[in-house]
Amino acid sequence: MHTLFSSNILSPPPAPATQQNPFELLFNSAATSNSTASASNSSAHSSPIEYNLLTRRLQDERRATEDARHVEPTAVRRKGHPKLLLMGQRRSGKSSIQNVILQKMPPTETLYLESTNTVKTVSMQSFAQFEMTEVPSQLSIESPEIAYSEANFRELGTVIWVIDVQDDYLSSINSLVHTAGFLAENYPRVHFEVFIHKTDGLSEEYRYDAFREVRQRVQDELSDVGFGHREVAFHQTSIFDHSIYEAISKVVQRLLPQLPALEALLNRLCSTCGMQKAYLFDTASKIYIATDASPTFLKDYEVCSDYVDVIVDIKALYGWQQPAKKPAGGSDADDEGIGESVVTFERNGDTYIYAREITEHLSLICLMGKGSGIDKRVLIDYNVSLLQDAVVEVFKV
Amino acid sequence: MSTPERGKRQKQRKVLLMGRSGAGKSSMRAIIFSNYVAKDVRRLGATIDVEHSNVRFMGNLLLNLWDCGGQDSFVESYLNNQRSHVFSSVAVMIFVIDISSREPAADMINFAATLRALHEHSPGSKLFILIHKMDLVPTEQKHKIFQQKTEEVRARCTEEGFTDQQVEFWATSIWDQSLYRAWTQVLYFLVPNAATIESMLRKLADLLDARELILYERTTCLAVTHITRASEAHNPYTDRFERISSILKTHKHSMAKHTGMLASETSFAEMQIKTGAFMFFITRLTENTNLAVVMPSDEAAFNAARVNVQLARREFAQFDIVEKKAARDLPLPHRQDGYRGQMYGMDESQYSLNDAEAPIRGYED
Ligand SMILES: Nc1nc2c(ncn2[C@@H]2O[C@H](COP(=O)(O)OP(=O)(O)OP(=O)(O)O)[C@@H](O)[C@H]2O)c(=O)[nH]1
Ligand SMILES: Nc1nc2c(ncn2[C@@H]2O[C@H](COP(=O)(O)OP(=O)(O)OP(=O)(O)O)[C@@H](O)[C@H]2O)c(=O)[nH]1
Ligand SMILES: [Mg+2]
Ligand SMILES: [Mg+2]
Repeated sequence: MHTLFSSNILSPPPAPATQQNPFELLFNSAATSNSTASASNSSAHSSPIEYNLLTRRLQDERRATEDARHVEPTAVRRKGHPKLLLMGQRRSGKSSIQNVILQKMPPTETLYLESTNTVKTVSMQSFAQFEMTEVPSQLSIESPEIAYSEANFRELGTVIWVIDVQDDYLSSINSLVHTAGFLAENYPRVHFEVFIHKTDGLSEEYRYDAFREVRQRVQDELSDVGFGHREVAFHQTSIFDHSIYEAISKVVQRLLPQLPALEALLNRLCSTCGMQKAYLFDTASKIYIATDASPTFLKDYEVCSDYVDVIVDIKALYGWQQPAKKPAGGSDADDEGIGESVVTFERNGDTYIYAREITEHLSLICLMGKGSGIDKRVLIDYNVSLLQDAVVEVFKV
Repeated sequence: MSTPERGKRQKQRKVLLMGRSGAGKSSMRAIIFSNYVAKDVRRLGATIDVEHSNVRFMGNLLLNLWDCGGQDSFVESYLNNQRSHVFSSVAVMIFVIDISSREPAADMINFAATLRALHEHSPGSKLFILIHKMDLVPTEQKHKIFQQKTEEVRARCTEEGFTDQQVEFWATSIWDQSLYRAWTQVLYFLVPNAATIESMLRKLADLLDARELILYERTTCLAVTHITRASEAHNPYTDRFERISSILKTHKHSMAKHTGMLASETSFAEMQIKTGAFMFFITRLTENTNLAVVMPSDEAAFNAARVNVQLARREFAQFDIVEKKAARDLPLPHRQDGYRGQMYGMDESQYSLNDAEAPIRGYED
């Protein structure tokens, strides 16, 4: 009989059954991580005693990270609710970005969007209250119509300036620099990022030249007005591919106080389980809120993002009984919403995508590297459940 | 198997794909059979004369597809000097009508002339009329316009001697799953032993205690057939079979893009999705088919189902390659693992995964 996995593999027992030490994923504080990692490497076979020790250590460390979180309130200036402001010239693509990301509008339909004349906010309840506000092109950042009172500015995370690269892309540089200068002077904690937008249909070369030209001009002019130190991030985006998601993901990540903790967890998971790439997705928006430190390629994000669609779509088709069952559901209630999914390739049997719902809103999507085959599945399942617990902790406020 | 001639030899079925130039015939063919995505079909040129393609389905069905270029000069020649060559021994004619056509009257004249030729040479053939490019019709008018067109076309069919049972109408667009729905009907009509496959699948579904089984053709991702048990009977998504076709096709493209392989070469061995509400897996059943299994959310039953489907492969494989088995002295160069022409004695103990029940044995009816 040929089976891909052993029969109990999908509900692994809590005790580690593999040669490798699954506790490697333990969440160490940065200072001690190196030494403990090598220490746990050497302890190839974990005895029950070790198990206890390690569990205690895990708990200690969790407590330590919790404490750490409590003593750094200065970093947690926003309540983890990403609020973004979209600015830029008329028809640069602000409404399109807002609608594609938050309302799932098909990109081709943005053609029919009308010009925006008032401040318009769209929000989405995902892993956090996620908000995007479009500022009509005729309004400047200081204008009272924006109605961004002092308090609102304090909550604001990032101002995104959208430039239509298929148009006269240098024409809005002056207002861009003015806005960046205003923020730097008055609200230095608000991030400022530039989207060089509508890159679809342009040659690689043209796109890169335009990108460099805009970046250079913005940096020069900011230096001229004395804000050369100001960090401005630039992104190439288009609503017709995944680049807009990638850019928004980066913007959101800069606003998340939990990011370092999440990244550390994902790094650990990848190195322990031999994964090629791991993303923590906000399932509804397909923004990824963290990834491991390995090089990030758009195509990796694309395949993972497409896979989220596969799961969500199939879940929609067969999850229809769920709402009806819920009131009656007893012990299973805990389990609901926690989905898990894998794809095995025919070609190279061991490469596959592993997906797991971490919370109601977050999913872990991993690209498995070479050698992370079926035999490692217990290890992976186990470590992912550790990661799941840790992520839930990290987001508990 | 009860009927001796059934499945004994490869079933060649001739399928004509006709309609006026620009109706969208080659676009459909490219999407269904050649892994094109909808936005790529603009690159296709007009078809010159007839493009033939042979598509193998379910082992012993060979679909012989004639994509007939629809420009008037070609149609002229099909109707005259090539008349019997084109219209004889046709199993199915798929006629594509562009709902956005600027010459609806000329379309109808062309259609009637084609019908006449078909009735003359293949009076028993089946007609699938695809009212196509429905995406160009505003949503609120879709139903009405489709009804109107259907009535108009049906009248012509009756005039030319085709009975209502011989003709089916489908609204289609390359931009959504409606295309898969229509082609699934065509495929289902052509699969020679659909009833036998279904009875085997039903037994399998009962054995697994599955909510639903869907059999997909591997290259096209078209649903061949499905078994829906009582627990799934009230699923409100009645178009889920073609939606999954579309999801699988998109997934295939996504994987191909990521791995840098051709979409035609990309296929997963298995995909699993497990949630608190249901468990789903799709895996290879025979050389040409994938089986999707929807189970209640129960880990043990799910694992048993996966193993049982693997065991069932032999039964279905045996069935799938009746043709090859007849010529079993010939070497089979592409024989795959677990894909045997015959059942060999299997260890009984391997069976008893799902209680003590011995799964799927002998389907001799
Ligand atoms: N090619 C291309 N076109 C885009 C992209 N994003 C938006 N567009 C198009 O740009 C046009 C203007 O988009 P909007 O989103 O309305 O622009 P806006 O910035 O909100 O414009 P105002 O509200 O008038 O200030 C629309 O026709 C969109 O289809 C993109 O990434 N690529
Ligand atoms: N809007 C819309 N356009 C479609 C659809 N299907 C095909 N088209 C377009 O119709 C055009 C003609 O399609 P073809 O498939 O080449 O037409 P054909 O029927 O093969 O034409 P001939 O080969 O000359 O007989 C293409 O540009 C397609 O983009 C559809 O469902 N909706
Ligand atoms: Mg707008
Ligand atoms: Mg053609």
